[in-house]
Formats: sequence, structure tokens, C-alpha cells
Amino acid sequence: MAANLLMRDVKEGMDLPVLEKLVKPVTVVLGAMASRDWRPQHHDYKFATERNGLDDIIMNTPNLAAWFERYLTDWTGPKGRLGRIKFRMKDSVYPGDTMRFAGKVTGTSAGAKGVGFVDVAIELTAGTKSCVSCEARIAVPESADVNPWSLAGDDWKP
Amino acid sequence: MAAQSADDLPAEVQSWIGQARYEEKTEFPIEMGYVLTTMSATQNGNPLYWDEKVAKELTGGFITPPTMVSVWFRPHDWSPGRTEPAVPLQLHFDLKEKLGLPEAVMSDNTIVFGVPIRPGDELTTTQILYSVSPLKTTKLGTGRFWEFGVKVVNQKGELCAEERYTGFGYNRG
Repeated sequence: MAANLLMRDVKEGMDLPVLEKLVKPVTVVLGAMASRDWRPQHHDYKFATERNGLDDIIMNTPNLAAWFERYLTDWTGPKGRLGRIKFRMKDSVYPGDTMRFAGKVTGTSAGAKGVGFVDVAIELTAGTKSCVSCEARIAVPESADVNPWSLAGDDWKP
Repeated sequence: MAAQSADDLPAEVQSWIGQARYEEKTEFPIEMGYVLTTMSATQNGNPLYWDEKVAKELTGGFITPPTMVSVWFRPHDWSPGRTEPAVPLQLHFDLKEKLGLPEAVMSDNTIVFGVPIRPGDELTTTQILYSVSPLKTTKLGTGRFWEFGVKVVNQKGELCAEERYTGFGYNRG
């Protein structure tokens, strides 16, 4: 976990540190259960392969969202406040894959009360597979005395 | 902006477009157990969710991670007295049934976050169908894309999140 990122540390075009994680069966099943996703393609190999035509059980979308959030807040620190996130699922993530999260800053903008917004494009790949594209906007303070979590009402427009 | 819908839809499905449906409350008050399990599942050490002192300083006490918003309105896999399995995003499953498209995947998901969700909150959701496409053939099979949204508010009526999904229901090719 990084110290809290400030807007002055952010430049358009900069790369975020890469995160790599080996996916084990427990990664898939624990993630699905934590996100209350009981659908069988996330825990039942026979269902996944014979009914859905997949290669194995697959990571579920809500848990992948949590992985993207973790990737972003590893970079920003706990003051980073996620404003919006968009994913496009392109391929499945299976046990045995190594997930690779790689992000790039695509833009910055000013918010209210000393808070800035950072737009980040993240690609989740596994080997040669492009699995998920993600676009996120996260609020970051301009100075150490600002807290993005304090914004409410009309001041919070991500 | 929603895509324009096909003109060959069953009248019942056509009537759903633009209507807020399936108002539901969460089945249990929001709690930290699932938060910590999610933190564990994603090996996430963010002190905002582990350290009460940090949580008090930044957010006035523990909150839940924004991306967990959909977790709170997924039904139990089983509960007493229920004869049919409950499914999340009922609209998605009703579309599969009414359009005769037994398989489905979600392709796009956008979430805009509002007021943080806190332990003890009771949330209400509504689902709105925005559009259903004409029949299309992809590598998965032949079917239709649909766009729908989910609004989540807390017990004070504050908007916590708006989600938007694109699903593709299909018959395997």
C-alpha cells in the first residue's frame, strides 16, 4: 500500500506499477463466495466445461471489479476514492492463469475543494489473452490536508 | 444514451423498456464480514477496511469498498419458504426466458459511485431496461444485446451507486 498519492505526482501518460497474481482455484471460488455469486461456472468444473463450454471455472465479474479497485488503491493509498468504473469483459480468467494488471493515466481534471480526478485505463491480461479492459476515474487530493472522502452532494460529481 | 431497441420484440418485453421494476431491499443489513472476505480474496491491504483508526479519520468509521455495491443485493442461494431459486438482476433472467435465449453473458458494466455504503445500511435497488437489440450473431451464438441499469439508494434515500450493464442472451451456435 502506497502512501497517499497527490495530484502533483500524477501526469497524463504515466504508467501505474504492474500487478501480477497467479490465479488458483481458491482465488476463483473465494472471490465468487465473497461477492455472493453462487453461479456454478465459478465453482463447478463440470458445469463450466460441459454446460458453458469453458476450459475451467472462471473468475466472476464482481470479484474482478474488486481486484481492479485493489490495483487502483494500491497506487493511490487509502485517500483514493473511486468515482466510476467501466469494464469490458473480453476473455475468461482461469485457474493457472497469471493475471497481469497494467494501467496508464489517460487524463486528469479538477474536482471540488482541492480534489482532483484521475482517469486510468487498465488492461487485465493473462499470458497472450486480453481478458478485461477497464476505465476508471479516481479522486485524489491536491494536497495532504484534503480528503476526497469528505466530498458530498454537489461537490461529489465523478 | 441507450441504443434504439429492435421493433420485433414481444409486447411484454417492449413494455418493460424505460420502466423502473423489481424494487428490492437488501436481505440483511450491510456488514463487514463480506468486506474482509473480499479483502482476503483480493489480497487487499487497504487500511481503510482493516484499521478502524484510519477509517474514523478518513470516512468517519468503516465503509464498504465501492465495487462491492452489487454484492449486497445478491440473494441467498437458499432461504426458508422459497420454492424457486432467487436470482440477482432478475430483469436479465426474465429477458432470457421471454426472448427464448437460454445462455447469457455480461459484456459491459459501468458503475458510478455516490455516497459510501456503511455497515448497518439497508439498501433499495430498482432495475430499468433501456434497450434490446435486433438479433445478432457473435462467436458465442445468435441472440440479442440488452442494456439495463440498477440504481442503489440507502435508507436515507441517498444515491449510493448507479450501475449499467450490457448483456448478451443467445442460443449456442
